[in-house]
Amino acid sequence: MKKPIYFDHAATTPVCEEAFNEMKPYFTEIFGNPNSQHVFGREAVKAVDEARDKIASYINCKPSELYFTSGGTEGDNWALRGCARALKSKGKHLIISPIEHAAMITTAKALEKEGFEVSFMKVDSEGRVDLEHLQSIIREDTTFIGCMMANNEVGTIEPIKEIAKIAHEHNAVCFTDAVQAAGVLKIDVKDLGVDLMSMSSHKIYGPKGVGALYIRNGLLIESILTGGHQERMKRGGTTNVPGIVGFAKAFEIANRDLEKNFKYVSSLRDRFIDRVLNEVPFVKLNGPRENRLPANADFSFKYIEGESILFSLDLAGIAVSSGSACSSGSLEPSHVLLALGLPEGLAHGSIRFSFGKHNTIEEVDYAVDVIKSAVERLREMSPLFKKEEVIKNV
Amino acid sequence: MYNEKVMETFQNPKNVGEIENPDGEGMVGNEVCGDIMKITLRIENDIIVDAKFKTFGCAAAIATSSTATEMVKGMTVDEALKVTNKKVIEVLGGLPPQKIHCSVLAEEAIKKAIEDYRSKKK
Repeated sequence: MKKPIYFDHAATTPVCEEAFNEMKPYFTEIFGNPNSQHVFGREAVKAVDEARDKIASYINCKPSELYFTSGGTEGDNWALRGCARALKSKGKHLIISPIEHAAMITTAKALEKEGFEVSFMKVDSEGRVDLEHLQSIIREDTTFIGCMMANNEVGTIEPIKEIAKIAHEHNAVCFTDAVQAAGVLKIDVKDLGVDLMSMSSHKIYGPKGVGALYIRNGLLIESILTGGHQERMKRGGTTNVPGIVGFAKAFEIANRDLEKNFKYVSSLRDRFIDRVLNEVPFVKLNGPRENRLPANADFSFKYIEGESILFSLDLAGIAVSSGSACSSGSLEPSHVLLALGLPEGLAHGSIRFSFGKHNTIEEVDYAVDVIKSAVERLREMSPLFKKEEVIKNV
Repeated sequence: MYNEKVMETFQNPKNVGEIENPDGEGMVGNEVCGDIMKITLRIENDIIVDAKFKTFGCAAAIATSSTATEMVKGMTVDEALKVTNKKVIEVLGGLPPQKIHCSVLAEEAIKKAIEDYRSKKK
């Protein structure tokens, strides 16, 4: 079989050559613990400081406002748990969007057990937060408002600046999960006005297991990883020096090539979306056409189930992701698609395609051809599909 | 997550389709849980001479539909009623734990189709 095609960049990306080379000496030669006083430690400190300076400059914050983490999940956990607990004397009401990553939803549920109350913003049928609804659910005791900058499943880019403004008018803290956005969209935390922002390295051709949380200077937040003196005593655990060095290098490349990548990857996505909409009947594009992550295309294929599409494509050498429950082991369809108002049948039949800078137009065209035949074959098998149906689209 | 036998059966399923004017028909599952299975049977003198399926569902649901219909062909209806999901899974060489419910659907669809056959006969 020929080399498989990777259309799952929202799940993870390969480490770029530049980042990988930059990391190597920090495994073997410059291996010191930045907490050590001696020369080995000092060398490691220098590398981590440089990485922090770089990343801070890309998002326009002070290096002292950037804390390295193990990735997006830790950043989300820390922001939500840490703020909720630190501000509980002021109030115990938290607001998040219904299309957050599981790292947020699951943490919010855990906080409910601790006595916090969680409300969800509404989103429209394309996944965009309804700001008026948000205004209407904020209360005196709301301390935290969290919304992702761009959704991982349907690609919707959210109005974070407006959300931050509303949060601050009501004295609440505003957090954004920028795991899918950092290094892809131009981000200026001061301009956005957010108080916290989580990021991850492995979505932008950096190594796994490392990320960062921006915490505005002066913000009250509790630690969740209590330990030693690392990260200015806010986050315990031996510093992941090679990971941080690789993250900074990957971010540097992503930042340098941001416009070029945006343009190229969007062109792949647009060709793919256009062809699927034109050539595959009974299909629905989830998320908006504009204001969408450049890499993301998410479709629901009516009358068939997502996992069976995923494996059909996998057998043809195309790697994609299914938002459908079956592939993830739970029986519930995607919470994101349900929040967008999709009926369960369509929510079960969704597939996410996420493109990367190494993909080609030939790969996109090949995928569309494979999808056409796979979808037709599965529909032949489906008891829900009647050939005589004449409605052109869903 | 799936073994080769399951993937092979998913890719090349047997008995896809619907028997016209079947002697027994069973449809189980719903769109909410993401699996719907419809099995149609041709039965002569209480012996299942043909079985076909249509399935909306995951790879496991399609593979178990194929295997279950293949197993009951040639059986008497009494024998077919004893085809459990465990036996279907055995033939497929195992399924991941979260996929066991798919195999239950195949068993249920066959039972329902036989019930339908018996109620028509009365």
